[in-house]
Amino acid sequence: MADTSVQGEGRRGALPAWPWKLVKLGATVALTFLGLLLVTFLIGRVVPVDPVLAVIGDRASQSVYDRVFVELGLDRPLYEQFWMYLQRVASGDFGESFLTKKPIAQDIARVFPATMELATVSIILGTLAGVPLGVLAAVRQGRLTDQIVRVVGLIGYSAPIFWLGLLGLLVFYARLHWVSGPGRIDISYEYSITPASGFLLFDTAMQGQWDAFRNVFGHIILPASLLGYYSMAYISRMTRSFMLTELAQEYIITARVKGVPEWRIIWVHALRNAAVPLVTVIALSYAGLLEGSVLTETVFAWPGLGQYLTNSLQNADMNAVLGGTLVIGGIFVGLNLLSDLLYTLLDPRVRRK
Amino acid sequence: MITRQWLLTEQPASRRQARLGQSYRTWVAFTANPLAMVGLGIVLLLIVLAVLAPLIAPYDPLISLDLRTQRLLPPSWTHPMGTDDQARDIFSRIVHGARITLLVVALVAVIATPIGLLVGTTSGYFGGWVDTILMRITDIFLAFPRLILALAFVAALGPGIENAIIAIAITSWPPYARLARAETLTIRNADHIAAIRLQGASSARIIWGHVTPLCLSSVIIRVTLDMAGIILTAAGLGFLGLGAQPPQPEWGAMIAGGRRFILDYWWVATMPGIAIFVVSLGFNLLGDGLRDVLDPKAGK
Amino acid sequence: MSLLSVDDLRVAFPSRHGPVEVVRGVSFTLGRERLGIVGESGSGKSQTGRAILGLTPHSGTSTAKRLEFDGIDLRNATPAQWRALRGARMSMVMQDPKFSLNPVMTIGRQLIEAARRVSSRAEARDKATAMLEAVQIRDPARVMAAYPHELSGGMGQRAMIAMMLITEPDLLIADEPTSALDVTVQVEVLRILDDLVTDRGMGLIFISHDLRLVSSFCDRVLVMYAGRVVEELRASDLGAAQHPYTRGLMNCLPQIKGGQRPLPTLQRDESWAL
Repeated sequence: MADTSVQGEGRRGALPAWPWKLVKLGATVALTFLGLLLVTFLIGRVVPVDPVLAVIGDRASQSVYDRVFVELGLDRPLYEQFWMYLQRVASGDFGESFLTKKPIAQDIARVFPATMELATVSIILGTLAGVPLGVLAAVRQGRLTDQIVRVVGLIGYSAPIFWLGLLGLLVFYARLHWVSGPGRIDISYEYSITPASGFLLFDTAMQGQWDAFRNVFGHIILPASLLGYYSMAYISRMTRSFMLTELAQEYIITARVKGVPEWRIIWVHALRNAAVPLVTVIALSYAGLLEGSVLTETVFAWPGLGQYLTNSLQNADMNAVLGGTLVIGGIFVGLNLLSDLLYTLLDPRVRRK
Repeated sequence: MITRQWLLTEQPASRRQARLGQSYRTWVAFTANPLAMVGLGIVLLLIVLAVLAPLIAPYDPLISLDLRTQRLLPPSWTHPMGTDDQARDIFSRIVHGARITLLVVALVAVIATPIGLLVGTTSGYFGGWVDTILMRITDIFLAFPRLILALAFVAALGPGIENAIIAIAITSWPPYARLARAETLTIRNADHIAAIRLQGASSARIIWGHVTPLCLSSVIIRVTLDMAGIILTAAGLGFLGLGAQPPQPEWGAMIAGGRRFILDYWWVATMPGIAIFVVSLGFNLLGDGLRDVLDPKAGK
Repeated sequence: MSLLSVDDLRVAFPSRHGPVEVVRGVSFTLGRERLGIVGESGSGKSQTGRAILGLTPHSGTSTAKRLEFDGIDLRNATPAQWRALRGARMSMVMQDPKFSLNPVMTIGRQLIEAARRVSSRAEARDKATAMLEAVQIRDPARVMAAYPHELSGGMGQRAMIAMMLITEPDLLIADEPTSALDVTVQVEVLRILDDLVTDRGMGLIFISHDLRLVSSFCDRVLVMYAGRVVEELRASDLGAAQHPYTRGLMNCLPQIKGGQRPLPTLQRDESWAL
C-alpha cells in the first residue's frame, strides 16, 4: 500500500498565496499526466507483440501489412508517434480492445462503476473501523489494547488479499452461507434493475427494490470488508501516530486545565487536529484500494476495472492494459490532488481568506 | 576483552568501543521487543529453509508421486500439508518455494536500492534543474499504484519470474530516491563535505564516496520495511499467472493452482497462503521493531 | 485558612537507571497572595506547578505528604473531582500561546468552552467578549472569530489569560507567561495579569527564571535548585538572601552602574543538591 510520507514539513509551513499555488499545482499535475502517458506509451513500444499483426492477424499479405504499418504511424520517428498518441488520448481514444472489439474508453466506462462502488463501500468501512481503533491505540499507548490494534493492523499488512478472499468465500459463502458468492448480483435480479448511476446499491435503493438491494449487499459485503480491512490497517496506524503527536501538544494540557472532559479532549480537540493529515491518508488508501481491487475482483468475479485489466493481461490485449493503467494512474493523481485541496480546506493555518 | 560493562560504558575510550557500544544498546533495545524477535526468528527460519531446502523437503517439489492414489490427499503424518492435484507433496513445494521468495526479495533489494540511491543522492547533491527533473520522474513513477505498474511492465516484457523481479524493482525505487534525496540535502552542506570539495574531489567521487554511505543506513531500513510488500506483490503477480511459471513452486502461483479445488480440498490453496502470510508478517514485525529502535520518533 | 498547602511534594520520572526525582520534597503554603517560584531550567519549578494541578505526565508519578486546595485533599482526587476543580477553581497560563492554544479552533470557541464551565450557553458568548475586553483587546469580535495563528504572540497570550480567568478561579498558576513574548509586550501583558489578579483577589503562583521580574511582581519568592526549595523569602528582602545560589542569581543580573568584569558566572555546589 502507498506509504508516502504525509506530514511533510513544507505543508505545515507558510504557503504562497492562493493563485500562485493553483498555477503551480496545475503545472505539476499536467507534467505528471504527461509522464504517465510517456510511460504507458513506452511500455506499449517495448511489447514483443507486433502491433500490426494484432490488427490484421498473421494471415494477411505483405502489402496489407505495409499499408497498416503506415496507417498506424509506425514508420514515423518515435516523438511523432508519441505526439499522435497524445492527440488520440486527449480526444478520449485509447484504441480498440482486441478482446471485446469495442473502444477501450467505452469498456472502461462500463466496468468502472463496479470498482468505484466496491472501493467506496470499502473505504467507508475502513475509515469507520480504522479511525476509532487508531485513537484507542494512541490513548492506551503501550498497553494491551495498543498491542492488539498493532497486531491486527500488521496482519492486514501481511496477508495476501487474494488468499483471504478465497478463504472468506470458503468459510462465509460455502460453509456458513452468510454471504452471497462471487459476482455483483444474482442473475435473476440482474435484468430487473434499470441501470442509472451504475452503482447498484444506490440504484436499487432509489428504485425501492429492496429485495435486489439486499442481494447486492450480500454480494458486496465480503469483498468490501476484506478491502476495508486493508485500509483499516493503514488508517488505524496513521491515526495512532497522528493522535500521539497531537496528544503530546501543549494545547491538550490547556484543555485539561480548562477542565474539559477527557472524551472531549480526545475526540474533539486532538482528533480535529489529527484529521488534517488524516484526510490525506484516507485519500491515499482510497487510491490504494484501486490496487487491491485488481486481485480482489479476480477472486470475487467482480465485473470491475481490476478484472477487466487482468483479463486483458492474460489475453495480451495491450491496448486495454495500457488504457486501464492510464486511467488508474490518472485517478491516483486526481486523488492526490484532491487530498491536497482538502488539506488546505481543513487546516486554518494553510487556508487564506 | 569485550564485556557487557565495557560495551555499556558512558565514557568509551575509542571510537570502536563507542560504535560497538551503540550497536549493543540498539541490540538490547531490539531484543526487549518480543514481537520484533518473533519477526527475526521467522526471517531466519526462511533463510534456513531456503538454504537447506533439499535436505528438509521429504519429496521432490516438481515430480509427481503416484497420480492414481496420491492426488489431493489431506494433511497427514506422511504429507503434513497434504498433496496437490498433481500428487506433489505441498510441504516440499513450500520449502522449495522459500528459495524463490528469498531470491525475489534479495534481487529486488539489490536492483532497486542502488537505483534509488543514485537518483536520490544526485538529485539532492546538485539541486536546481537536475533535482527538478529527477524528482519529477520519481513522482511520475509514484503516481502509479505499484502493482498496476508492475502488471503493465510484466505484460510488456512477458510473464516469468525474472521479468516479475525486474518489474517490481522498477516500481520500488522511487521511495528510496525520495529518502536518499532528503538525507543528502541535510548532508550536502556539512563541513566535512565542503572540506572534501576544497580538496578538489569530483562530484561523482563526493556522491559515491561520501554522501551515499551516509544515506545507506536509512535507505536499508526502508528497504527492510518494504520487503513484506515486495513479497506480496510477487505473490500477487504469481497468482495472476504473470510471475513464476508452473511447475515452479512459487507460493502465489500455488494458490492460483489450488483455487479451483478450494471448496473440496481447502488445503491446496490455504497452505501456501499461510506461508506467504507468515513470512511477510515476519518481515513486517522485524521492520517495525527496527524502526522503533532506530527511529524512535517515527515509530512512537 | 490557607488556599493551598503543599508538604513534601515529590515528582519522579523513570529512567534507564531507575526513577529520577525532579521535584524532591517541596513544601509551602499559599494564601490569597502572589508567590513567585524562581529557578533555572530543570530545577523542577514547572513540574511543581503541574503536579499541583494533577497534570504530571503519565510516565511520571507525584506524591506528597499533604496536598490540599481549600480543604480538599488533592492526592486522591478522582478524575471527576479534578474536572470540577480545574478550570472552575484553579487554572494555569502557559508559556507560549503558539502551542498552548488549539490551532484548529477559533479563539471564540475555546473561550466559550472554558466559560461553559460556569455559565449557560447563552451567557458564555457575552462573557467571553467581556473577558477579552478585560484583557484590553479592542476588537473582541474580530479576535473571537480568529484562529490562534492569526494573532500576534502578545494578543494570543492575552486571549489565553482571558480564557483562564473567565471562570474567576481562586488559584492561577502562571508558568513563564511572558518568556515567549517580545520584550516590548511583556510588561503590558504582566500589567494586565497583575491587575486582574489583584482585582479578583485570587492566589497566584508565578513561575519564572527571571529573579528580578518575580521580585518586582510577587509578595514572596521560593528559590528552587535541583528539585528543592533552597530559600524562601519576602520579595522585599531579596537583598538579604542567604543562600549562595540566590546570591549568585542576583549577581548575574546586569547593573547599570559599575559593570562587572569579568562577567560573573553562576557557581554551583554539589552539596546544594543534596
